[in-house]
Amino acid sequence: MEVAVFLLFAALVLVSALVVVLHRNPIYAVMSLVVTLVSIAVLFVLLGAPFLAAIQVLVYTGAIVVLFLFVIMLLNVSGDGSTAFGLQKIVAAGAAVGFSTLLLVLFWGRFEGLPLPPLEEADVALRPLARALLGTYLLPFEMVGLLLLAAVTAATVLARRADREKT
Amino acid sequence: MTVPIFWYLAVAAALFGIGTLGVLIRRSAIMAFLSIELMLNAVNLSIVAFARSLGERTGDLAAVLDGHVLVLMVIAVAAAEAAIGLALFIAVYRRRRTIDLNRLNLMRW
Repeated sequence: MEVAVFLLFAALVLVSALVVVLHRNPIYAVMSLVVTLVSIAVLFVLLGAPFLAAIQVLVYTGAIVVLFLFVIMLLNVSGDGSTAFGLQKIVAAGAAVGFSTLLLVLFWGRFEGLPLPPLEEADVALRPLARALLGTYLLPFEMVGLLLLAAVTAATVLARRADREKT
Repeated sequence: MTVPIFWYLAVAAALFGIGTLGVLIRRSAIMAFLSIELMLNAVNLSIVAFARSLGERTGDLAAVLDGHVLVLMVIAVAAAEAAIGLALFIAVYRRRRTIDLNRLNLMRW
């Protein structure tokens, strides 16, 4: 059962990611990215990280993808889905496949055949994660909040119309 | 039967490769940025898989939680990066009327 769910969503991740990269229409690419991100959230659940899966759906598909859609519609790049020339494409595909193969070989040498026992209830408990996030890692957590505030401020300043600065 | 850890890492490696391909072949800056998000997700997936593997081998729950907190930080930084990057694209589009990466060659020698 777990293997079937994994295979289904792993295939969904890879196919929809290819659609993101190759589709000419940016809107379709972003919608396909939603499928990719939700499928990765399912893989997070399988790996015993339900909280991360929830955050993935909330932050990525809820906020970041909507931001992308906004900007694509704002800038009107819908017809501008062009890709590189033929030779560039072949070189890029070769580089991507080569890099993936290198990663696969490295992972194979280190992690092949490692058994992974089924999840237990203690593995998916939320209380230890909350203690780690708001106890051990309280300072990084607060710094991320500060970073987000700085990012929002900077984005507002950057995207502001230039003609308003003169008035 | 449970899924071996290598399968997750294989998915992450393939996803990272797809993201690399996207960054290399797309000419619209927004599409290249989408591909970068794909690569970030591949790395997140591998971090969670590594954390689970480490937790099972050492029997230490704190090691798993370290990985999960790291992924949370990556997601938060990705959100900040998306906001800044897209604001930059809007600013560039206002000035140049295009975000085609081949035509943004002001700093080319």
